[in-house]
Amino acid sequence: MSKALEGHTVQRYDGELNHLHMQVVKMASLALDQTKRALYAFHNKDITTANLVIEREQQVDGLELAVDEEVIATIARRAPVARDLRVIMSFSKAVTDLERIGDESAKISHLSKAIFDNEGSDPSTHILRDVTSMGAIVLSMLQEAIEIFDQLDVTRAEILAKNHNGLDIEFQSSLRRLTTFVLEDARNVGHTISIVLILKALERIGEHARNLAEYVIYLVNGVDIRHPESQASKE
Amino acid sequence: MFQTATEQESVIIPRNTLFINQKEASQGATVNRESRETVGQVKVNNPRISCHNVNVFYGAKQAINNINLDIGHNEVIALIGPSGCGKSTLLRCLNRMNDTIDGCHVTGEIFINNQNINNREIDVVPLRAQVGMVFQKPNPFPKSIYENIAFGPRIHGLANSKQDIEEIVVTSLQKTGLWNEVKDRLEQPGISLSGGQQQRLCIARTIAVSPEIILMDEPCSALDPIGTAKIEELMDELRAQYTIVIVTHSMQQAARVSQRTAYFHMGDLIEVGTTKQIFTSPLHQLTEDYITGRFG
Repeated sequence: MSKALEGHTVQRYDGELNHLHMQVVKMASLALDQTKRALYAFHNKDITTANLVIEREQQVDGLELAVDEEVIATIARRAPVARDLRVIMSFSKAVTDLERIGDESAKISHLSKAIFDNEGSDPSTHILRDVTSMGAIVLSMLQEAIEIFDQLDVTRAEILAKNHNGLDIEFQSSLRRLTTFVLEDARNVGHTISIVLILKALERIGEHARNLAEYVIYLVNGVDIRHPESQASKE
Repeated sequence: MFQTATEQESVIIPRNTLFINQKEASQGATVNRESRETVGQVKVNNPRISCHNVNVFYGAKQAINNINLDIGHNEVIALIGPSGCGKSTLLRCLNRMNDTIDGCHVTGEIFINNQNINNREIDVVPLRAQVGMVFQKPNPFPKSIYENIAFGPRIHGLANSKQDIEEIVVTSLQKTGLWNEVKDRLEQPGISLSGGQQQRLCIARTIAVSPEIILMDEPCSALDPIGTAKIEELMDELRAQYTIVIVTHSMQQAARVSQRTAYFHMGDLIEVGTTKQIFTSPLHQLTEDYITGRFG
């Protein structure tokens, strides 16, 4: 429970916002778990876990629908303004990002199956290592973003939102390394394409995690820090 | 949802200071509950109304404290706040209606078109034509619909002939969207109309004397949603010609109809800003508490 959501004269309104917050955090936990399992399935060539991630994608989608329904009902019933409006808008946008994290996790699982669940040879460990390093960065970012969203901690949110370069640099480095592998041996092309798609999915998850931090900054401070280069031309 | 308005820098105005000197409040920062300094966009360029250090006393009791506020041309400004905060008191200062209350004493200066209307030598009769008022409860005269409109222009000498008066009546009723509804029954009593029509009749009566400013004190509180919507639509149209100051307890109405909003609390002007800013990111904790229903 967060103080930012409480204090209304109509106490039921506090309850509605807190319930909504819990639903979003629950969805975030599921999205994090999906990402963790998708990476576990990749590293351990575990097709059963990959299938589980694919099946559970529907649960993430279901939570998105449930939160959207509550958001619409709250807007209709309470006509939120000021901080309450920012809370509702932030929650509504966050579930879209969380749903996409679920999609990307399922995509990683599908690609893992394509790589490992066949009669062909497994890719070399040199090709796989970029997923390990980028996966660790992304999981750390997502875990941090979810804790920030749970506690509505604007200080940590500002740090995460400013951390633009780490993931981009890692992604670009990985692409360069993989290009070298392909140039060295054209037989690596098939696996390399799958790995690039997994890395791209991880890069997207990292961006969605950063978006969650940006929503917390908007929710608490009322400042929209997205797309700073476009803010000046907004009007 | 919101009317467009020019965003201006938000600032804290120190008490007794009329001019913005520096940007002190960062966007999104919340001024704590204890502060009574006015936060926000108090000054506007070329104001229609300019209140300088306005205080109102009912006997020994001070009702509003040192208010500084500019109101621009062709804008709707909403005055909001809990009961007893002084918003209606300030509204009544703008056409000297407080003069009618025994023991009420107003200090400070209120400039309308560069003339201090709080000067005792000002004739309040033309002032109240220049600054019309619409009240909470529709109060048509116990006369015909036609006479409700014609009375003002006639006593203020705004028409030289019957034809002039007829033209004013028709124009006023057209401006308020009432003409098609009443053109065939102008001789019927004003009080025979529905509540919403009566309120629009009162607005037509107000604009018949060619005001520059219209004051509205909770004009929709006695109306149903359809009547309310018609008045709000009318306000949006009238804004092209008049400055409108509205006191309302409905947050949603303030958000819908105004370009700027001023929040009052226990006689203090706490925050002024564009309506968009006030209803998305208010700077003062008291404003946020009030508009989000965190205190009554």
